[in-house]
Amino acid sequence: MRAATSLTRHLLLSRETAIWLLLVLLTCVSWWLVEGAGAESIRHLPPAWITSAIFIMAFIKVRMVILDFMEIRHAPLLLRLLLEIWVVGVCSAVLAMYMSGTA
Amino acid sequence: MSNSSTLALNTNAPAPVAAKHIPGEAGIWIFIVGDMVIFSLFFLVFLHHRQQDLATFMHSQLTLNLHYGVLNTLLLLTSSWLVVSALKAMRRHAFHTARRLLVLGALCGVGFGAVKIIEYSEKIRAGINLATNEFYMFYFMYTGIHFGHVLIGLGVLTFLIFKTREQTYSAGDRMAFEGGAAFWHMVDLLWIVLFPLLYLVK
Repeated sequence: MRAATSLTRHLLLSRETAIWLLLVLLTCVSWWLVEGAGAESIRHLPPAWITSAIFIMAFIKVRMVILDFMEIRHAPLLLRLLLEIWVVGVCSAVLAMYMSGTA
Repeated sequence: MSNSSTLALNTNAPAPVAAKHIPGEAGIWIFIVGDMVIFSLFFLVFLHHRQQDLATFMHSQLTLNLHYGVLNTLLLLTSSWLVVSALKAMRRHAFHTARRLLVLGALCGVGFGAVKIIEYSEKIRAGINLATNEFYMFYFMYTGIHFGHVLIGLGVLTFLIFKTREQTYSAGDRMAFEGGAAFWHMVDLLWIVLFPLLYLVK
């Protein structure tokens, strides 16, 4: 019984659970900015700002999945660097490509 | 951050993880990183074509059901969390818990597929398909390739669910569970970018 409780605690009160909640929260924020009440309150902002913010949030989420769900936080430096470079590189390229079309 | 407390928990675990290690076989990472590079080219090609015909892309995007996209994002995020928790349970040799978490994770993946099929059939009933315009060509192609990855991932999760019955967690099992989980998380993270790219970009 005690072992089961300790396992539940180990699984639920964990960094992974906090990360999952944060990922769900960020998803809801993106939704709110585009479709919900948030869209009303930020109507005066240029759409390109909102889209850029949504892309940046998406890549922050991707990095959280890589580090804490794929467990790359505990991987050798080379593998971690490779994936960190992918996140920063692809995020920058996506933003640059998107911006070049809105100017 | 709670990094130190997580490390403390790991050191208390019966089957501790080495301080620094590659999750799964090194080979699976060549495949995962390669797949991620291919998808990053997909993202850029889409944005490039979007600029050539902004009006069509903006207009077509309005017909997508944002709520399906959000629901599918939440399903995959939850599935990833269940699968990483299953892996932690395996490390503690809690095979029964691990199996239940994997089954729930796979069910979230099945839910994703069901939403996708509803979404596709709504589009097809409305007379929209791959040939309608460039936006829908990309929409069906990218989400279709991603859906293929979801199906492969579900196959991998099913294999792992059966493996929990062996009630062992050897070095070889570690490779299977960590590698399979990493592939499933990749399916999740690709969707995290595809969703704003197809549904949200303004």
